[in-house]
Amino acid sequence: MKKIISFPHIGNYHIPIEILLKLIFKDSVIMPAPKTTKRTLELGSRYSPDFVCVPFKYNLGNYIEALENGANVLIQAGGGCRYGYYAEIQELILRDLGYEFKFVKLIGHDLHPLNMFRVCKSIGTNISFFRFLYYLLLVIKMVGFIDRTEAYIRENIGFEVMENSFDKLHAEFFGKLRDISNFTSLAHVTKEYEKAFRKIKIDKPENCLKVGVVGELYTAMEPFSNYFLERELAKNKVQVSRFITVTFLFFQKPRDIKKILKSAGKYLKYTIGADGTDSVERSKTLAELGYDGIIHVKPFGCMPEVNAMPMLNNIGRDYKIPVLYFSFDSQTSETGVKTRLEAFYDMLEMRRKSREDITKFENRVSWS
Amino acid sequence: MTIGLPRALLYYRYGVIWEAFFKIIGCKTITSPETNKQILNDGIRFSIDECCLPSKIYMGHVYYLIGKCDYILIPRIASCKKRNDVCVKLNAMYDIVKNTFGDISILDYNVDNHNGLNERRAFINMGRALGCSYAKALSAYKNAKKADKLLYEKKVENQNRLLENNDKLKILIVSHSYNCHDKFLGYPISDYIKKLNCVSVFADAADREKSVVMSRKISDSLYWIYNKESIGSIKVLEDKVNGIILLTAFPCGPDSLVNELIMRKVRDIPVINIILDELQGEAGIQTRIESFLDVIKDRARL
Ligand code: SF4
Repeated sequence: MKKIISFPHIGNYHIPIEILLKLIFKDSVIMPAPKTTKRTLELGSRYSPDFVCVPFKYNLGNYIEALENGANVLIQAGGGCRYGYYAEIQELILRDLGYEFKFVKLIGHDLHPLNMFRVCKSIGTNISFFRFLYYLLLVIKMVGFIDRTEAYIRENIGFEVMENSFDKLHAEFFGKLRDISNFTSLAHVTKEYEKAFRKIKIDKPENCLKVGVVGELYTAMEPFSNYFLERELAKNKVQVSRFITVTFLFFQKPRDIKKILKSAGKYLKYTIGADGTDSVERSKTLAELGYDGIIHVKPFGCMPEVNAMPMLNNIGRDYKIPVLYFSFDSQTSETGVKTRLEAFYDMLEMRRKSREDITKFENRVSWS
Repeated sequence: MTIGLPRALLYYRYGVIWEAFFKIIGCKTITSPETNKQILNDGIRFSIDECCLPSKIYMGHVYYLIGKCDYILIPRIASCKKRNDVCVKLNAMYDIVKNTFGDISILDYNVDNHNGLNERRAFINMGRALGCSYAKALSAYKNAKKADKLLYEKKVENQNRLLENNDKLKILIVSHSYNCHDKFLGYPISDYIKKLNCVSVFADAADREKSVVMSRKISDSLYWIYNKESIGSIKVLEDKVNGIILLTAFPCGPDSLVNELIMRKVRDIPVINIILDELQGEAGIQTRIESFLDVIKDRARL
C-alpha cells in the first residue's frame, strides 16, 4: 500500500515540513492535514478529554480529517509542558475510533538528527544519512528565512499602500520555495524575495503604535487558533512584533535559556515551564523598548502561561504598559476577541494622545 | 528562627522531611492549619483565575503564614532523576509567590536533576544558607530522610493490612496527595466512603518504587513522576480493590491527559472521574459516589 504521510497544522510551517518530507520520502504521498476550519475544531473537541488545552483539540481534528482523506502515516512532535504527552493520548483516541495508521512520535529529546533519521527509515526511505542531514539543514535554513520574512510582514502589513501586496508576494514566495532542493537555489530565492518584500510600498509613520505578542507557542503561531489577531491589529495600523517562531524555539532558546532567565531580572528566579519564561522576559524587554502594549495569548488553562501572569501583571504595573490577556478554547467567540482587541487599540491610542498632549503642554510651559 | 510551612501541594509529600530537617538544625517550624473556607477564599483572591485549585489553596496557606514566621518555605522542584518531570506549576510556585506577595521573606531550595541539582545538594545548600555547616546540614538531611522513610513504610504497611480485609468493599483513590488528603478537597470524599461502610485506600500509600515500575504497563512515555506513581498504583492494587475513583482538581494539566489514559486503558475494574472545583456542591458528589458504589456492589454480587 502506498504510504500517505500527514501531519497537523501550525501557522505556515506545513509548507517547509511538506518540502522536507517530499525530499526524504520520494515514493510516498505527502499530504498535510486539510486546512484547519471550524469543523476541524469541532471534530477535535468532540473526541478530546474534558479540559485538555485547545491545541490538543486542533491537532486531533487535523488528524481525523487527514485520516478521512486517506492518510495512513501520522506524525506528531512534542515537548514542553503537556504537549510532550499529546501523542500517546491522541494515538489512543484515534485507534479507539477505529482508524488504522502508523503513528510516528518525535518527542523532545528524540529530536537528535540521528534519531530522526532512524524514524524516517522506519517509515520507509532509502536515502543516506548524509542526504538526510543535507535536506534537514536545508529546510532549517529555509525556516529561518521564512521566520525572518514573516516577522517583517507582521511589522509592516498594516501599512501597505496597495492592499494585498504583502499577501500576494507571500503566496508567490511559498510557491517558489516548493521547487527548492539545494542550498544554491535557496540562496537565490532568499536574495530575490528579501529585496521584493522590502520593495513593497509602505506608508509607516515613525511613531506608529507598537504591540508585542507573547505567549504560548501554538496559539501565538497558529492564526486560526487566535482568531487572526495579528491581522486584526494590523488593520488598525499597528506594528505587531512576535518572537515565538520555530527558529526561536529550536535554535535560540535552548542556547540562550540562561541569558533569558537573567534578562527577566527581578521577575524570575527560576524557569517556570515551557514558554512561560520567555513570555516574562519578552514582556519586560518590550516594555523597555517603549512598546505601547502587550498581548498575551494562551490556551485556556495553559499552566506555564498562567504561571507567567503574576509577573506580567507586575511588569504592566512597573512599566505602565497595558497588557491584554487572551485565553482561547473551543468555545471562544470570535466577536468577543474582536471587541476586546478594538477596545485595547482605542485605549492605546488614547494613551498615546494624552501623552503627546502632556509633552506639548510641558514644552509650552518651559518655553514661556 | 521560625520557618513557616504551607500545608498544601508538596507538603503532603515532603512535610515530614521538612519538619525533621529544620528541627535537627535547630529551627522552629509553624505549619498552616488544615484548609478551611477562609484559606480557600484568600487563595482564590491571590491567584490568577485559571490556576488549578490546589495551587490556589497553596496561596491561601502562604498568606496565612505571612507575619507568623521569619521565613516561609517555598521549594522549587523541576525534575527528578532521568525523564521524571513534575508539573510546571511546581517549577513556578516560588516566583508566583514572590510576584504576588512582594517583599515577604522566602526560604527556597531548588531540585532540578536535569541540571545537576539533586535533592541532597538542595537541602545542604538550604542548610548552609541558614548558617549551619556542611556536615551538619548533610546529617540533618540524612536523618530527615530516614524519618520520612520509616513513616512512609508504616503507611504502606497499614494500607496493605487494610487491603487484606475482605468484608468490605475497597475503593482506590487515585489522586495527588494534596488533593485526596486535603481537609477541604478530598477528605470529605474518603470520609463519605467510610460512612457508606466501605474502605478507601490511596494511590500514594502503595509502594512507590513498585508503582513506578508497574506504570510502564499503562504507559511507557509518561514523564510526570507523580502521575507515574499514581497510575502504577492501579496496576499494583487492581486485584485487591473493587473500584477506582480518579480525583482531580480543575483544571489540572497533567491529569487532563492522564485520566483519559486511565479511562481508556483500565477496563477490567469500574472507574469514575471526579473533578473538584471551588464551587463544588457536596451533595452532587455524594450522589455520584453512592451510585458508583451501587454499581460495584451489583458487580460484586454477580
Ligand atoms: S499536577 Fe495538576 S493539581 Fe498539581 S499543581 Fe499541577 S496542575 Fe495543579
